[in-house]
Amino acid sequence: MVKQYLIKYKFFLLMIILWIGVYIGKPVLSIRSVELTVLNLRQMILVIPPIFVLLGLLDVWVPRQTMVRFLGEGSGVRGIVLSFVAGAVAAGPLYGAFPVAAVFLKKQATFRNVFIFIGAWSTIKVPMFLFEWQSLGWKFALTRLCLNIPGILLIAWVLDTLLKPEDRRWIRQQADDLSLR
Amino acid sequence: MEYAFYIVALIALGISFWKDRIKTAQALRKAWGTFEMILPQLLGILLFTGLVLAFTNPEVISRIIGERSGWLGTLGAAVVGSLTLIPGFVALPMCALLIQNGAGYMQIGAFVSTLMMVGVVTFPMEKLYFGTKIALIRNGLAFLFSFLVALVIGWVHQG
Repeated sequence: MVKQYLIKYKFFLLMIILWIGVYIGKPVLSIRSVELTVLNLRQMILVIPPIFVLLGLLDVWVPRQTMVRFLGEGSGVRGIVLSFVAGAVAAGPLYGAFPVAAVFLKKQATFRNVFIFIGAWSTIKVPMFLFEWQSLGWKFALTRLCLNIPGILLIAWVLDTLLKPEDRRWIRQQADDLSLR
Repeated sequence: MEYAFYIVALIALGISFWKDRIKTAQALRKAWGTFEMILPQLLGILLFTGLVLAFTNPEVISRIIGERSGWLGTLGAAVVGSLTLIPGFVALPMCALLIQNGAGYMQIGAFVSTLMMVGVVTFPMEKLYFGTKIALIRNGLAFLFSFLVALVIGWVHQG
């Protein structure tokens, strides 16, 4: 029981040890770390709980056939466009995309579409694009967007090609295990 | 704007509850189950980010991106972008400031692109969902791709 928790929280525990090390070595930096962590915690609290509520609703309300039709085998160009849009309208940091991707995979979306979704979430979110335009200029923002669309497609294609059948099985199983409870 | 996600989630929850209470309860149970499952990762990311950010404060970042130019500066910018997890709403104005202070567009392009696409800090979580192989390849490809972005960004801003 205790061992199970230790394994589950090993990354977290490692970080705590690291923090203690920094506190002993460089106390000034550890104060800054606390401040920055509080700031990040705030951002996490703003984004993570509603994402999970929406995910739960998605999981319960959207039947598998619907997901297959829109993002599954044979969804074609429409599936690709939809994956881009789904990622682009999102908000929040990249780690929010993984649980969403898991629910998509669980409902039999294709790997290619899920990778496109993750790519779009990571780098072409609409609110961020507008903000980028505003702060770094239209040339910067538009150039990045024009490169990112083919770039995301290419990365998704390479990842999909490199996936072996056993990888696919493992990831789908993992998606099942991580979202079903 | 900050609470947009909460508002959307609450509206969706309201509609769901009105249509089917049992399904709504089921959805909330699933939401909690998933959340609980990745909580250790989230907490780890949180602490890791705090540490990394404390070590790479704006002064350090601007020293890496601002002074050195050329490919070495671009490589440095890409590495810093990969390691940090700064929300875009903080990072982009900082980049604008760096450019005003003489940083090159190529370097900023590499930084912005890797900041968004490459996640060293979130790697444990990506690994949990997709396995080491895919997480490594995706981040590696995104890292390489960012150099192409940097190159083109530098090129369009020339002259």
